[in-house]
Amino acid sequence: MSTGLGDNEIISRVLQGEQNAYAELVNRYQSYVFTLILRMVKSREDAEEIAQDVFVKAYRSLADFRGESKFSTWLYTITNTTSITFLRKKKLEVHSLDNEKVFEVADSRDSGFRANLIEQKSRVNMVNEAIAMLSPDDAEIITLFYKAEQNLEEISRILRLETNTVKVRLHRARARLKEKMEKNFSEEVKNIY
Amino acid sequence: MNQEQNIEEQLWSYIDGHSSSEERSLIDKLLQSNLEWKNKYHELLEIHQLMNAAELEQPSLRFTKNVMEKIAQYSIAPATKNYINKRIIWGIAAFFITLITGFLIYGFAQIDWNAQSDSSLPVDLSQVDFSKIFNNNFVNGFMMVNVLLGLVLLDRILANKRKKYQQQG
Repeated sequence: MSTGLGDNEIISRVLQGEQNAYAELVNRYQSYVFTLILRMVKSREDAEEIAQDVFVKAYRSLADFRGESKFSTWLYTITNTTSITFLRKKKLEVHSLDNEKVFEVADSRDSGFRANLIEQKSRVNMVNEAIAMLSPDDAEIITLFYKAEQNLEEISRILRLETNTVKVRLHRARARLKEKMEKNFSEEVKNIY
Repeated sequence: MNQEQNIEEQLWSYIDGHSSSEERSLIDKLLQSNLEWKNKYHELLEIHQLMNAAELEQPSLRFTKNVMEKIAQYSIAPATKNYINKRIIWGIAAFFITLITGFLIYGFAQIDWNAQSDSSLPVDLSQVDFSKIFNNNFVNGFMMVNVLLGLVLLDRILANKRKKYQQQG
């Protein structure tokens, strides 16, 4: 149940010892954090585990949140570092944006999705599936921009990159997404354009 | 291809609202007069709207409960700034800088700048009396400065603690 309080008010209450108030923050941001992680690690089980870890870490470090940025930006910074640490631990390759392997891995995933093309998909599902085919880096930046309501400056804080770099990466990620959609969902895309 | 990418980049900035007013008016004109730009704009706008409409994934129903059970085992860690005092860091830095500078000064003082250059090293290590290093006025003075710095640091720490207790009380 939503309390209608702002994030900072809830944080103040939690810091004053009202631990249960933290549940409101978890309810408020769980789907954003979970989506962001899922689009990077591609496994629901792992994403759920990492998301729980993110909220526990955020709780323990709550005294360090100084309110200089939005709580969501601070939380997504923890989400980003925790996901990257997980991917490294699992020895999964975190592909750089300019790495050719990004396309190879994404293409190898494509075959599984092609089988489902016969089904009539909603446009939104198509976008979700196309995002799932992207590299973790591309999927993360698109999710942060479109779903996590972060602007370029906030994303640059989360990813510790220059704002212009974020802008370029976002452009590239969208171009790759468009490419995936045209390649794998050509019928649906024709209807859109 | 490059031109197409360029058009796309400009249009994405336009759609995101990141274009300057000059760029916006230029693109507005192009959208009215150029069919290629117009078609590309509608194509990208559609993708933009679809991405905005994409639904968020939901974790399991027990998610919040699981998190709350986990955090019940922990307490909130004190803020980093409370236990990492910048003054203390600067004090430690000053201590080491003084230490290094002292040794450098002492080292240079040992060099015989008038010595012949037949030796590759300006310092004849065999002639350095190491027993005197820790037994002369310079080193004693240097150690005294370090002790004083240490006392200043201790005083700062105790003063901070006292201040904190006074604020709590």
